[in-house]
Amino acid sequence: MGIVTRLVAQRLALGLLLLLAVSVLIFIGTQILPGDVAQSILGQSATPQALANLRRDLGLNEPAITRYFSWLGGVLTGDLGTSLTSGGNILSEISTRLANTLFLAAVAAVIAVPLAIFLGLLAVRYRERWPDKLISAVTLSTISLPEFFIGYVLILLFAVQRQWFPSVATVYPSMSFLARLDAVILPALTLTMVILAHMMRMTRAAILNVMQSAYVETAELKGLSTFQVIWKHAFPNSIAPIVNVVMLNLAYLVVGVVVVEVVFVYPGMGQYLVDHVSKRDVPVVQACGLIFAAVYIGLNMIADIVAILANPRLRHPK
Amino acid sequence: MADDTLLDIRNLRIEATVYPPGEDPHDIVIVDDVSLTLEKGKVLGLIGESGAGKSTIGLSAMGYGRGGVRITGGEVVLNGRDILQGGIRGLRKVRGKEVCYVAQSAAAAFNPAHKLMDQVVEAAIEHGSATRTEARERAVTLFGKLGLPDPDHIGQRYPHQVSGGQLQRVMTAMALCSQPDLIVFDEPTTALDVTTQIDVLAAIKEAIRDTGVAALYITHDLAVVAQVSDHIMVLRNGKKVEYGTAKQIIEAPKEEYTRELVSVRSIGHDEKTADKSPLLSVRNVTASYGGSVKVLKNVSVELSLGQTLAIVGESGSGKSTLARAITGLLPPSEGEIVFDGRTLPPRLDQRSKDDLRELQMIYQMADVAMNPRQTVRTIIGRPLEFYFGLRGAERDRRVDELLEEIEMGNGFADRYPAELSGGQKQRVCIARALAAKPKLIICDEVTSALDPLVADGILKLLLNLQKRENVAYLFITHDLATVKAIADSIAVMFQGEVVRYGQKSDVLAPPFDDYTDLLLSSVPEMQIGWLEKAIAGRKMESAGN
Amino acid sequence: MKRIPPAALIGLIITSLYFLSAIFAPVISPYPMTEIVGGVWDPPSAAHWLGTDNIGRDLLSRMIYGGRTTIFIATAATVLSFTSGSVLGFTAAVLGGWADQLLSRFVDLVMSIPTLIFALVVLSVMPVTIPILIVVMGFLDATRVFRLSRAVAVDINVMDFVEAAKLRGEGRVWIIFREILPNALSPLVAELGMRFIFMVLFVSTLSFLGLGVQPPLADWGGIVKENKDGIVYGIGAALWPAVAIATLAISVNLVADWVLNRTTSLKGGRGG
Repeated sequence: MGIVTRLVAQRLALGLLLLLAVSVLIFIGTQILPGDVAQSILGQSATPQALANLRRDLGLNEPAITRYFSWLGGVLTGDLGTSLTSGGNILSEISTRLANTLFLAAVAAVIAVPLAIFLGLLAVRYRERWPDKLISAVTLSTISLPEFFIGYVLILLFAVQRQWFPSVATVYPSMSFLARLDAVILPALTLTMVILAHMMRMTRAAILNVMQSAYVETAELKGLSTFQVIWKHAFPNSIAPIVNVVMLNLAYLVVGVVVVEVVFVYPGMGQYLVDHVSKRDVPVVQACGLIFAAVYIGLNMIADIVAILANPRLRHPK
Repeated sequence: MADDTLLDIRNLRIEATVYPPGEDPHDIVIVDDVSLTLEKGKVLGLIGESGAGKSTIGLSAMGYGRGGVRITGGEVVLNGRDILQGGIRGLRKVRGKEVCYVAQSAAAAFNPAHKLMDQVVEAAIEHGSATRTEARERAVTLFGKLGLPDPDHIGQRYPHQVSGGQLQRVMTAMALCSQPDLIVFDEPTTALDVTTQIDVLAAIKEAIRDTGVAALYITHDLAVVAQVSDHIMVLRNGKKVEYGTAKQIIEAPKEEYTRELVSVRSIGHDEKTADKSPLLSVRNVTASYGGSVKVLKNVSVELSLGQTLAIVGESGSGKSTLARAITGLLPPSEGEIVFDGRTLPPRLDQRSKDDLRELQMIYQMADVAMNPRQTVRTIIGRPLEFYFGLRGAERDRRVDELLEEIEMGNGFADRYPAELSGGQKQRVCIARALAAKPKLIICDEVTSALDPLVADGILKLLLNLQKRENVAYLFITHDLATVKAIADSIAVMFQGEVVRYGQKSDVLAPPFDDYTDLLLSSVPEMQIGWLEKAIAGRKMESAGN
Repeated sequence: MKRIPPAALIGLIITSLYFLSAIFAPVISPYPMTEIVGGVWDPPSAAHWLGTDNIGRDLLSRMIYGGRTTIFIATAATVLSFTSGSVLGFTAAVLGGWADQLLSRFVDLVMSIPTLIFALVVLSVMPVTIPILIVVMGFLDATRVFRLSRAVAVDINVMDFVEAAKLRGEGRVWIIFREILPNALSPLVAELGMRFIFMVLFVSTLSFLGLGVQPPLADWGGIVKENKDGIVYGIGAALWPAVAIATLAISVNLVADWVLNRTTSLKGGRGG
């Protein structure tokens, strides 16, 4: 187990290092780039006096390094700062929205992951025959569709013409779980369609890759049944690539959620981020950017770790 | 038909769909009207060059077609039943029970996720020919019989924890464990080093004899198949060329093609003695790839103008590294390389244009040694342009001359490498080296990727060119037969050191050191009964086991 | 001349039509881009083939001008990302050593933040103008081109024919332009199509979020944003630009697929 523990520890350390570097990058992106935050907030007509006051209030007169470390220190102690526009505490503003976003993403994942793997298996089972070709053609076209298109088509079909679901996904804290589920079903379906194609295609490729390996041929030449060939010989070697596919696509979900929340006016992180980018509320943008990046890096890290754990060469070193 | 017939393949026809670029997909015939019979307990060798259809025929005995390959005609009668009539369910009852398979690359054919033992006993248990305990006991016995170390525990290992030669033995045990009537051996020793090959070959032969199983033994190496087979079938382009007993095929072949295969590598060559002032002398060269492990240890060899020095060794012996050190790709950490009276700078970028021109290189894989986007004219013409400033018609005329020299017409000048056969590609690479008018050409395994007859053609060409151009060859190879054919002097390398060096006649004459003895005795000879003699006369265990 | 498969031909024709209508937008557009010529969300008619938009402008004209903006930004950003990404990628591959390490680790870092999120962060402090959009999109996407071209070049750089050229004494320029580039071109050309599609989707998404092209200038993402409120009344005006984006994307995909297939079959040809 020595090698595996060491590799996993390395991955975790690398993930943390990456997150630290990302925090620097986000800080640079919002503070050091030529744009002037104070000017952005007050607009072109602001008086020099007002600008100077605001700069002082924001701490912009301090050197960038000092500002970065005080920001980082805040983040590490759970203080994400204060919103420029609402004056509220960002952490408390974000927490309910983050929960909402995670709920939406989870519903989408629960639908999308099994469906994608099932369709991937189906496409492999009927490779080069019509079910495979149909799945391929449909998924190829959904890849080319923007998220908002899928969202509005679903609204048009199921909220306007049929009125099965609400067109606006309103959720509030006192809502029951089922009511919540009803509210997010259309956005979750949209997200599902957004990631389904990628996930299914990658699953198909991963399984095909295993199915074409020499050891699967060996299994077939032992006269094993199709079920045994797949279950005993293909499946154990497919776990890592499939988990990898799932994680990469869940990471992609993080991006898709921004647009989908705007389409369905859903009170989550994405909507919150977009609103505050327009309002040029830098502390909020920094906090949201960091959280999104952390989720993204975390998912990619899990994919790497699963690949390490599933590799028999590493689990059973020479 | 006699009662002891096990396998009877009649008028077999196998086709595959190909998808050539820019054309519509179409079917091609891979095996055409091949019939064969095999008696119980006998071994039939299937031999042929690449594209002969020998593996395809072997797999047809299990009703299996790899990729898009389909059996479109004929019968495969095993134990009196045509196995092609039973559908996939019928085939599953045959595979792993009556017929088992041993693949060329055991490393790829074992599932990396399971222990060896679980894979070895799987088919026997699945087909109900043994309980788990019985199968395990049987496997352990087989491991011992096949000469695997620690037979009681080796089954608990994973495939990647075992060496290539051992895996090949485990795979043979896996096939034998089901106690089948027939085993298909598909080039089981081709991927192994020569000293490992002989041990695995002997183990397979003994196992076949002890268990009384029949076998189809597929290989491209006639000398190998002669050791294990009762009968041999020679195949070419999916058709039968000749069939007979092993003895008849080796000693009295009837067909011209078989005669060529048998007489391969019997090129004659008069050995030249070394000059007083050598063209190349490698003096006490030591080199490593970054780390502390020395890949070359204090190597010294010399080579005279117009002669051939063969560097012989197995994988990991450092023979290719020596080439890299001489060309300047890997600067040595100690020692020097003297070429034509001057000491060469160790690094490539410090060498003069003439240093580079006079020392050319030919690679093992001609496929990747030529830029696929350049025509033959550009490939051969570039050194002319680069070293001699030839351009336009003058350059083209010289390209045509060089194409004549390598026995290819000037019609090839405007072709791309992908449009050439394997042998033609290697010839173009030779022409590219010649274009620079070099004094020394380093040939790195230049024939090992080629079929034997094609390789022979290349060797003959190289010898002719040497006579005409008085060029020296540093010939790197693992193949002693090639060495015997063309070398003037030989250096045997083992684990980074030169263990034996001198004129060919001296190196190949006893008394031998242990390693050279092992190496020499491991090269299969085109002679029935060679294997037993070789095994009996060995002094040293091969390292690859 | 090799035969073009029908799917690729259709892709090629539709792609060309979009580009032509982008170039000649002022000529073929029936009405000016911003002029109010009818009621709010008039249904399609002979005068307005696609109807009118949320404030009564001709939707077809908005679409044609919008395509012009979208395609212009996407093309410019693709060119920027492609040239910078591939030049840096090749350089990193051929130079190796610390230069390669530095560039590769930086690219890893930028790619560890989702592109859209990174763009939003940067656009929160920068004025949203077309040149800035192009630079931000081009820079972020260049990381992907860098990775691909570096990987391709590294693969080719270790091939024996490149080593043969080095042994001959060829200079770096010959090795990059005569040995590596001709072999790297095909996968890169196919990737060019993918990058362009991504750019179209990217700029449309930004505009849809209100952080891309600013009104009254039309672009496809912006038209969706302007007309999205119509959806709940069953008015599909917002869907037209989405259809345009999707058809353009699919067409370019078909062409890229064909290019890629052609090249892999050329490379894979082993000869006799």
